[in-house]
Amino acid sequence: MTEVELAPRGTPKRRRTRRLSGWDRVVITLMAGVPTLLTVALVWLPALASVGLSFSSWSGYGSVSSIQWVGLENYKNIFTIYPEFPPAIEHNLEWLAVFFCLPAPFGLFLAVQLDKRIRFSRLYQSILFLPVVLSLALIGFMTELIFSPTQGLINNLTGHTHGHVTDWLGNPHLNIWAVMLMACWRQTGYVMVLFLAGLKSVDPSLKEAASLDGANGRQIFRHVTWPSLRPINVVVLVVTVIESLRAFDIVYVINKGTDGLELLSVLVTDNIIGEASRIGFGSALATILLVISLAFIVPYLVSVFRKDSRP
Amino acid sequence: MDIKPADGRTTSSGTTHPARTLDRRSLLRGSALGIAAMAASPLLAACGGSGSSGSGGGTTVTFGSNAAVPQPKGAYETLFKAAHTATGMSVKPNWVDHNTFQQNISTYLQGHPDDVFNWFAGERMQFFAGQDLVSPVDDVWQTIGAHYTDAMKAQSKGKDGHYYLVPFDYYPWAVFYSKSMWKAKGYEEPTTWDEWIALAKRMKKDGSIPIAFTDKDGWPAMGTFDYLNMRMNGFDFHISLMRNGDKWNTPQVKAVLDQWRQLIPYYSPGFLGLTWQEGAQQLLNHQAGMMVIGLDQIGTIFTGAKADDLGFFAFPEIDPANGQQAVEAPIDGMMVSKSPKNHAGAVKLLKYLGTAKAQQLWLGSNPADIATATGVDASKYTAPQNAAVKLIGGAKNLSQFMDRDTRPDFADPVMLPALQKFLNSPGDAASILSNVDKQAKSIWAAGG
Amino acid sequence: MTAPGTLPAAAPARRSRKADRARGDSPAPARIALHIFLAGTCLVWLVPLLYAFYTALRPYADTARRGYVSVGGHYGTGNFSAAWVQAQLPHYFWNSVLITVPALVLTLWLASMVAFVVARFRFRINIALLMLFTAGNLLPQQAIVTPLFKLYQLVPLPQWLAASGKLDDSFPGLILIHVAFQTGFCAFVMSNYMRTIPAELGEAAVMDGASVWRQYWQVILPLCRPVLAALATLEFTWIYNDFFWATVLMQTGANRPVTAALNNLTGEFFVNNNLIAAAALIVAIPTLVVFFALQRQFVSGLTLGANKG
Repeated sequence: MTEVELAPRGTPKRRRTRRLSGWDRVVITLMAGVPTLLTVALVWLPALASVGLSFSSWSGYGSVSSIQWVGLENYKNIFTIYPEFPPAIEHNLEWLAVFFCLPAPFGLFLAVQLDKRIRFSRLYQSILFLPVVLSLALIGFMTELIFSPTQGLINNLTGHTHGHVTDWLGNPHLNIWAVMLMACWRQTGYVMVLFLAGLKSVDPSLKEAASLDGANGRQIFRHVTWPSLRPINVVVLVVTVIESLRAFDIVYVINKGTDGLELLSVLVTDNIIGEASRIGFGSALATILLVISLAFIVPYLVSVFRKDSRP
Repeated sequence: MDIKPADGRTTSSGTTHPARTLDRRSLLRGSALGIAAMAASPLLAACGGSGSSGSGGGTTVTFGSNAAVPQPKGAYETLFKAAHTATGMSVKPNWVDHNTFQQNISTYLQGHPDDVFNWFAGERMQFFAGQDLVSPVDDVWQTIGAHYTDAMKAQSKGKDGHYYLVPFDYYPWAVFYSKSMWKAKGYEEPTTWDEWIALAKRMKKDGSIPIAFTDKDGWPAMGTFDYLNMRMNGFDFHISLMRNGDKWNTPQVKAVLDQWRQLIPYYSPGFLGLTWQEGAQQLLNHQAGMMVIGLDQIGTIFTGAKADDLGFFAFPEIDPANGQQAVEAPIDGMMVSKSPKNHAGAVKLLKYLGTAKAQQLWLGSNPADIATATGVDASKYTAPQNAAVKLIGGAKNLSQFMDRDTRPDFADPVMLPALQKFLNSPGDAASILSNVDKQAKSIWAAGG
Repeated sequence: MTAPGTLPAAAPARRSRKADRARGDSPAPARIALHIFLAGTCLVWLVPLLYAFYTALRPYADTARRGYVSVGGHYGTGNFSAAWVQAQLPHYFWNSVLITVPALVLTLWLASMVAFVVARFRFRINIALLMLFTAGNLLPQQAIVTPLFKLYQLVPLPQWLAASGKLDDSFPGLILIHVAFQTGFCAFVMSNYMRTIPAELGEAAVMDGASVWRQYWQVILPLCRPVLAALATLEFTWIYNDFFWATVLMQTGANRPVTAALNNLTGEFFVNNNLIAAAALIVAIPTLVVFFALQRQFVSGLTLGANKG
């Protein structure tokens, strides 16, 4: 931290800059340093260790000296003889596409509607947000209640429980979409709340002014609301990528992520958590997941921050 | 788009003159808050009296139980009370639910394991013995050895020949059915494959689901594979395949899958989307005729008045050379952790748990299992329990179950999806097996 | 649903219709359509939950015999009271409080400080810093668990802080990993938010000679209420609903949070889904309460923004 001058963001010129006092420097260092230290120690060090372990073969038991180093063997195996890997990648990307196309726009739409001064807005918000707060056990059970081939709501209502049943949970071409539906059900409320929080930062007097100038609802949204949502859009984007690449729980609670429901996070879990783990193999999968995530996020973040840091 | 400053709140910064000391104080206050919040929680927890695994030694034995669910939990509580009377050891249980316990066994045993804990026989036990995470219990066996059959003794030893497990209860896998349904329809128990297929055909004609097969969770299919393999290729081949993982891409295993294909037309529609409970209900409600499952599972569905309606027969013979000699009978038991706080107490407790008396006390509320020790009062058993004793008693060999007989890092990650894939597209059997073989070789090569 | 907001008496008010529309007061027919749409969406959203609730009211024996899609048999709150007692929910709720509250407070506090530094000062390492936090969030938890567990075993804690004497199997250990994992996302969201606060605000304080800490604590943080409320809601939900860390890093069953205790109703093989649904519905209540409570904070955040000069 060499450039310790106070230059609040958004200042067009570097006027009124002031050297920070010694105490201020200590405070700033502590403010940024303590959380950084914690994150580095508990998240990044283990993560780097995992990347390291991805070149090893280790059961996770015993001392570090019991680790055998095998080079790229794990990666080779993943790409050649691991039949769950290609479908997992495919499902993760489908998940990402669906999350972008459905919950994100619908969440925004709902947020804009709920941001209007209407009665029961808070009630509507609460109901739509409800799926976000429900625990995994309950969502898994609901999925079962709705989609089970013989006991499920859908097949019973459509009369598909005998003879030719529609196997929503067991057909590997169908079940991912049933699960995705439940995932969207949950994600929409999440995105909606983020956008709602973002919409609070839109100055109502601006909308009022635009309206008095004769702008219609759509124009106000395009020229007033949408531009002010920029910071929250970044958040929603990051959340969408995180949630779709880390998607795990609904799939796991339904059938532990096999038979058409393979996802990268599930494969990592299968190999790392459990009675006897293939830490090296699982870590290699985790490293691949990490690389894919970073490939999506980093270029975007860099461009966003570059733009911001250049006044 | 810029937002105009909100002045309502912020003018205060203009009116108050900030003093350094004040800032420092509020900074300290802030951090004190966080640290206090952190420190408060364990203190509060201590006040709340929620006992942790801290204490031990003397007359207390800590017990890591995977039976947090009320029904077996109550049975254990009764058992521990009796154990206290019999041994003077008071048992301090650490209740964890079954799945969590199993999933986290690795961190559990490396972290702060209890003195004694619930576990399973087979490769699953030998694996942890091999990792040096558990203590041998040879001293316990000097006392309890007389209560156990040789087959049981074999299942309790590690690869080094020492005892590591005290078997407690077990249960057979078989083909289950509802007696009342079969009586009404006049079905009879088949003993050979051809009879079985003929019966299934008849049931289908009668409008029932012949075999309630359900594999959404993946593991139930393993039972059918085990039996087919043991019936067709023999017990020794099966165990060698499980232990060594070197014969997956062979005509013998391919033949097992081909045989299996004959059963698939008689399975529940949509079976890959159904849980075993839904399958058991098809049996209970007379929608389905038969089900290959364990007594421990189906026994929890056929309860109360329905308990004696549950009938079963041994998995049919395919090759006369192998007959119906092998029975799949998973054994549950107890082990001692690496460095128990109260070793003498743990030994005393296990000596008690290795008796028919203790096991039968526990079984009083668990009619889906049978005792592992000999000398049980058979008159207290239900009809299915007595039938289970007979089935297992007549067995020449006992297998555990695929996920107990083979490496844990192979069973669930590789075999479970492979069997589902086969059931989805039986035509791909050859390529599925060739892939399983490759993965098995890589796994066995990695960690001996 | 009713068609609210169409009070005829209020119609001839003196406000201009255009200004009304700008505030979201659209004309009556549009408004009714909006309500119909929202109510319909909410209904669809509620169906799974209501259906689960309906099932939770029925004994397992009835649904086993009649199937889940059926009416008849017994109805009652038996599953709810059974779940409350069998899963020892009060005890585990308290554990959840002990884990969630400190973790939430620390997360928001640490994240707001990072966000403040990153958003309000021009340091070269800012982007790197924010990237460090944001990307940390992308890591799958399963990926770091083995090294983390080994690390936790190495860190000693005094006996009064953790009965295990280590970070592993302790409340502080569990709290810290939540803080470390969640700070990234919160810092990211808050820094985005703080960038939108006009620079003049900080400058004014600086001109008055306010220290950095004072700028943060008395100028910026109060303005962040809406985002803090939104994050508190989300973070409470994540931390409270977590059972991954709770089961991996806490080996003493009695010290696990309520979400892990839900599993105590699951047997080795047999699962009474009706009972579990009842328990899960009870367990969802605190998160709903938090959402309701903090919704008010959103509103006060709105008024703060609206009171501008």
